Amino acid sequence: MTNSPAATTAATRLQTSRLDPADAALRHRQPAGEPWLAELRAGQTVRIVDLEGNQAADVLFYNRHDVAEHYSATDTLLQQGGIYLTTGSVLVSSAGRPMLTIVADTCGRHDTLGGACAAESNTVRYALQKKFMHSCRDNYLLAMARADIGLTKRDLVPNINFFMNVPVTPEGGLQFADGVSGPGKYVELRAEMDLWMLVSNCPQLNNPCNAYNPTPVEFIVWNAEPATA
Amino acid sequence: MHSTHTDTITNTITIDSPVDAIAHWRRFAPELPEASVAWSETVPGGGHWSWRVSRGTSLRFSALGERANCAVVLYAAHDRLERYSMPDTCKALHTAHFSRGHVLMSDMGRAMASFTTDTLGWHDPFGGLLDAQRMLQKYGEQRYAQHRNAMYRSGRDGLLVEIGKYGLAARDLGVPVNLFSKVAVDAEGRFAFDTGRQVQGTSVELRCEMDLIVAVSTAPHPLDPRPGYAPGKVGIAAWRSGPAPAQDFCRGFRPECARALHNADVFALS
Repeated sequence: MTNSPAATTAATRLQTSRLDPADAALRHRQPAGEPWLAELRAGQTVRIVDLEGNQAADVLFYNRHDVAEHYSATDTLLQQGGIYLTTGSVLVSSAGRPMLTIVADTCGRHDTLGGACAAESNTVRYALQKKFMHSCRDNYLLAMARADIGLTKRDLVPNINFFMNVPVTPEGGLQFADGVSGPGKYVELRAEMDLWMLVSNCPQLNNPCNAYNPTPVEFIVWNAEPATA
Repeated sequence: MHSTHTDTITNTITIDSPVDAIAHWRRFAPELPEASVAWSETVPGGGHWSWRVSRGTSLRFSALGERANCAVVLYAAHDRLERYSMPDTCKALHTAHFSRGHVLMSDMGRAMASFTTDTLGWHDPFGGLLDAQRMLQKYGEQRYAQHRNAMYRSGRDGLLVEIGKYGLAARDLGVPVNLFSKVAVDAEGRFAFDTGRQVQGTSVELRCEMDLIVAVSTAPHPLDPRPGYAPGKVGIAAWRSGPAPAQDFCRGFRPECARALHNADVFALS
């Protein structure tokens, strides 16, 4: 016998956005393989666009006023009762507070179990001789070192892999399935607090998920809509 | 002074009342070789503790109650910034459950501990922890002032106490392994906690592949739907097994296990 909690999650919840990039406050094209640390203010909406398809955008969020409060994959999954991030998912912090809400999603499914690649984990997953290849966690460390805002390796907790499809089988297997994303698909999140957004546009060259070809992604940020009188 | 006789030549005394170190292991793991057992404990449900454990020591965990759950977090003793990584482990092993053969890996690509024995077959890697808010919602309030040692303690608070003993804070609390719990995932991605398994009497063993700080909490799993705060006891015994031999089952289980164990072996030599 199994018992399900009151789950609100779904495998896929497609939702398009009515926001127009022409009204955006910021458009940022993130080159393949590189890190980016950006600020988001409460009320802003950020869209991440998978420009060429099946590119993993590895992202972490921190409370900009207390970087000890980070995105928590486990608390997020526990609160929604399931593993997939999609429209309606609330990204919860390590203090149990909402950090962002996914408000639109044309991809439909994003992963937060698979983590970010590292030189060290590449030696385990692929071969010892892969250790000098580039990785997301190197990217994170470099972005944190450059920014010097109090973030260090201890803050590299399990992240979100936007556009990654990582289903769990009934037998308890973890699959790195073919992507459900494609060129131009996007996910959109509304910030519920002031945030740091730490990005690695994944440089992994050993994984068939991205056809061994990392590509750029675009970030589009809109300011909070002014209250209409 | 307990001495009845002092030998001033060898500077020794005869002690007539030894410490109350009970051989708990004889009850739940009597097959362990007596000369190899370092210590053992019976952790009450909702309890928490932590240990410094050396490479080559194995930890036997036994479920002594039907609703046993044991959340485990691991840190490298030499550098507490090196810690168990759920994503690195599950990704490398392509697994969403743990059983014999699996190797728990650090964020530095090294084996921390290996599942050498398992009579249950599925331990939960998703890492849910009962926090004070969910505990209150599910079970109500039972505080120390009225209930003394029967007070409710959440898994998160228990682990925060334990890692705090080593200078680690909430931001260092990683994703635990929940021994004795099974959380399946359906086609829609929803969690389903399995209450139908016979858990009491089962055991699982973790062989430490580096010197570790091991912290545990035996509070209920946050997805356990059964009413009432009634977590089972867990027996834990540490015994000197030696590190993974060349022909080790876990090394052969998957090439990723072999490479993680290799990385731990190289580290131990340097």
